[in-house]
Amino acid sequence: MASTTLSVHQKALRSNVVKKAIMAVTGLVLIGFLLMHMFGNLKIFIGQHAYNTYAGWLQSDLLYPLLPEGWFIWLFRIFLLVCLVLHIYCMIVLWGASLHGRGPRYVRTNRKEQTLSSKLMRWLGISLAALLLFHLSMFTIGWIQTGYVYDHSDPYTMFMGAFSQWWMVLIYALFVTVVCMHVRHGFWSAFTTLGANVGPGARNVLNGLAYFVAALLFVGFILPPLAVLLGMV
Amino acid sequence: MKITLKIWRQANKDAVGGMKTYQLDDVSEDMSFLEMLDVLNEHLTLANEEPVAFDYDCREGICGMCGVVINGAPHGRYNSPIPTTTCQLHMRCFKDGDVIEIEPWKTGSFPVVKDLVVDRSAFDRIIQAGGFISVNTGSAPEAHSVPAPKRQADRAFDVATCIGCGACVAACPNGSGMLFTSAKITHLANLPQGQPERRLRVKAMVAAHDENGFGGCQNVGECASVCPKLIPLESIGQLNRDLFASLLRGDGKAIAGS
Ligand code: HEM
Ligand code: FES
Repeated sequence: MASTTLSVHQKALRSNVVKKAIMAVTGLVLIGFLLMHMFGNLKIFIGQHAYNTYAGWLQSDLLYPLLPEGWFIWLFRIFLLVCLVLHIYCMIVLWGASLHGRGPRYVRTNRKEQTLSSKLMRWLGISLAALLLFHLSMFTIGWIQTGYVYDHSDPYTMFMGAFSQWWMVLIYALFVTVVCMHVRHGFWSAFTTLGANVGPGARNVLNGLAYFVAALLFVGFILPPLAVLLGMV
Repeated sequence: MKITLKIWRQANKDAVGGMKTYQLDDVSEDMSFLEMLDVLNEHLTLANEEPVAFDYDCREGICGMCGVVINGAPHGRYNSPIPTTTCQLHMRCFKDGDVIEIEPWKTGSFPVVKDLVVDRSAFDRIIQAGGFISVNTGSAPEAHSVPAPKRQADRAFDVATCIGCGACVAACPNGSGMLFTSAKITHLANLPQGQPERRLRVKAMVAAHDENGFGGCQNVGECASVCPKLIPLESIGQLNRDLFASLLRGDGKAIAGS
């Protein structure tokens, strides 16, 4: 091996395992955010006032007066963005390591453990990033406006407008499916990377929890748009 | 039994390889997989063709030399009812008229030497980095002078059965050597003799793992399911926990990596 000046400690600190741990921690933060976001969306069922008040609280009131008005949302956005950037950075580096590690392709492979979501993790992640950009362009930035006029003080009306269009609900169903498949393997993988897989029992528990969280996110995220489309809200 | 074989032929490390088809009409179901290849090679030799190069030594499942990918799985894992090595796989696991595809381990860190033979010295380099304990040679110390708790000793023994065949890497979609590395980490971390170098060991072996071109683990679990020695997936958890804990300590800070 080429001689370098890095110490053994420094090399370990730069290892794939540490990058995996960064992916795990940032991924779990993002899952935590998704659960919170899903919970917020469900307020659509209480009505316009409840929904907009909640959004207003997030945008300006949260932690006020500990923080000046409107600061929390920006600190939180920066925090999430840092997590996402770290997550994607580690993914790219690890992808390179995998391409090298895997070497030449087999003529035939028979893999029994690999689930569809674990096989597609990187592609799910990339699709997720693209759909996320689309999502932010609609409701956070307002670059894309369809079925509503962008107004950040009235997200309820934007929500209702957007999802009274069937094709919007279809795009979001796809988005949520991608997210949930990523979370299905990601949740198990993150805890396992962090050392929680201590035996076959733990493996079953972690996998069960992963299915539960993914299913919860799917139902929680798809219900509000579906209800709007079907005129139930 | 009549068998059709499709075998990866590659003249040397740099040659372009490809699958070649052979017919064998005189296979007995009592033959081991390697004996079946011996029969093929006799036919090839008599026909003045180059025999198929494949690795083996003990032929009893303990040395780790043999190992080819059979029908897409290392050691023919999904043809065999039980986890086993290629040398202990028997032709009774196949049916008359079967087509059997045989490829070498294909990973970035085990270059093909010839046909089905690969160079696994990358594993040796990981072990050299820390898969040992430092003791003075000379008269062996009294074995009972260092108590080893039964539960940990059993766990150490279970993972010490790793024969270093490389099936875990061959099966991994990322070409990761984590199961192999973690078997040695778990082995020594569960014995009192392994404690003095425990933190340095995990750092050095993880560094050597990456330097030798193995990929990162994605917790898919393919490795453990093809392991002939049933090294469990949770060994990787032990490695990760040991690494994270050791990173908080100074071991290896003063030691330049090779
Ligand atoms: C809301 C967004 C996201 C969430 C909640 C999320 C969650 C997770 C979690 C929990 C893991 C497991 C980490 C580990 O095993 O160490 C993970 C892994 C991964 N993520 Fe994400 N992720 C998100 C976005 C992305 C994006 C945008 C990409 C790519 C552009 C991506 C690519 C990957 C890849 C390649 C893995 C590795 C797969 C594995 O270890 O099995 N993720 N993600
Ligand atoms: S030849 Fe020794 S394990 Fe198969």
